[in-house]
Amino acid sequence: MGKRNRIKDRILSVVLGILCLAWVYPIFMILFNSLKKETSISTGTAFQLPTSETFAGLANYVNALTSKGFLTAFWYSLVITISSVVLILVCCSMCAWFITRVKGWYSKALYYLFVFSMVVPFQMLMFTLSATADRLHLSSPYTICIIYLGFGAGLAVFMFCGFMKSIPIEIEEAAMIDGCNPIQTFFMVVLPILKPTLISVGILETMWLWNDYLLPYLVLDRTKGYMTIPILIQYFRGSFGKVEMGPMMASIMMNIIPIIIIYLLCQKHIIKGVAAGAVKG
Amino acid sequence: MEKTIRRYWPVFVVPTLAAFIIGFVWPFLQGLYLSFCKFITIDRASFNGLKNYIFALTESDFLHAFWFTALFTVVSTLCINLAALAIALALTREIKGTNLFRSVYFMPNLIGGIVLGYIWNILLNCVLTLLGKPLLSLHAPYGFIGLVILMCWQQIGYMMIIYIAGLQSIPGDYLEAARIDGASERQILWKVKLPNLMPSITICLFLSLTNGFKLFDQNLALTGGDPAHKTEMLALNIYQTFYGRSGPQWKGYGQAKAVIFCVLVIVISLFQLRATRSKEVQQ
Repeated sequence: MGKRNRIKDRILSVVLGILCLAWVYPIFMILFNSLKKETSISTGTAFQLPTSETFAGLANYVNALTSKGFLTAFWYSLVITISSVVLILVCCSMCAWFITRVKGWYSKALYYLFVFSMVVPFQMLMFTLSATADRLHLSSPYTICIIYLGFGAGLAVFMFCGFMKSIPIEIEEAAMIDGCNPIQTFFMVVLPILKPTLISVGILETMWLWNDYLLPYLVLDRTKGYMTIPILIQYFRGSFGKVEMGPMMASIMMNIIPIIIIYLLCQKHIIKGVAAGAVKG
Repeated sequence: MEKTIRRYWPVFVVPTLAAFIIGFVWPFLQGLYLSFCKFITIDRASFNGLKNYIFALTESDFLHAFWFTALFTVVSTLCINLAALAIALALTREIKGTNLFRSVYFMPNLIGGIVLGYIWNILLNCVLTLLGKPLLSLHAPYGFIGLVILMCWQQIGYMMIIYIAGLQSIPGDYLEAARIDGASERQILWKVKLPNLMPSITICLFLSLTNGFKLFDQNLALTGGDPAHKTEMLALNIYQTFYGRSGPQWKGYGQAKAVIFCVLVIVISLFQLRATRSKEVQQ
């Protein structure tokens, strides 16, 4: 490491730091705009910090929380994400274990079918999938997890299979010889070994589910008022009349804040999960 | 042991398989069939031959959407991967603040497409207003640039993580051996780091290509296809054909477009994987 290198590193640090600010700015901009009065938010003045005249305190947040069903949407988003992720993790890891441990044409066929489903774009299925969900009465936030299990199975099974191959089979054999049946073996022996992969897959699926817009928009029965946060934000924009900028900014912030908190808490897992997911993908 | 597990298939396979059939196989086959039909609801479909496909392939909006999507995919893939690789190389030099930088760059990935679209819609419109230029939804080239910026902002962090993981898995001996043999930093980059990084490059190219091609949420929220369908990408075009028009013929057209779209995505995926896999080196 020469002196020149140290200078180079310092310059690099500064450049990356500036880039960092550019990365944070859009979110910061939404934050200070969400604190402005409704009438002071316009396309021309979005860069201006709130002044004592335009500062509205938390009025927009109160507005968004009390009207427009933000809390219901938040609750539904939470229910959908948690139930689907849990279901995907349990069912897909079981399925993946079966596929890797039982050899046969059906295991192979199933595996390639799951891989194939990862590539197919949602637009291919959107009409027929929402019709199927409707017919089977799966269009409520409490049952949509079955649709998500079906549509999201591809990635999960694929990732679990990739990891499963590296687990030594002897451990499972020992458990079986000691008298475990396959269900006990899976939950007491395989699942604990699988923990890092469970976290990775769980994170990837959570990122997808929390932010998914089109699938819940088409599948959920909106006449019953079922909404998720992305749908709600799209609603604020509305196709008719004027946009309620204040509450919209506040809802955007309230959508982002939980994500950022979770990110700060388990950042290490998230970044590891993404890297692991990519290596398997 | 295999035999014992096999007997338990109802427990292990059936839940996932049943949901998979409901959520993927059945709608997929039905969609394939309906692309040859004229229909409003699934129950009342009449066979229509190849008419839907002929319409889809001659509709100017759809063809425009195809070229727009192709151009967008190429431009955004290049921008994202070059920037992500550069940042990953910088962040593996062990300079100060690496962890902070990495966390910040990755953050936009956690925010959903709809929300990202609105954030950038507000920001870019403000820039354009201050410059006295037409708004995003009024001028297609700005819409295109806006989409590229938005995608870069979101995806660079993700690809960067993959590249960093790839760079860190290169054995230190390789780099040391190259240095002892007198290789310059540039030679190390081209002759040692990049060839060993090929698996990561494959994955990143694959991800950004398919992400770009399948883009929907960001497109809907940033420009909504305005002005006059000029910034509409394939996924949004299909959506609009399904739900934005009334008339008994449109759903069939939409489904045919969706099948074409699906085939395109599959072809790109296969082609791309094969092309870069052949360039990977054995470690």
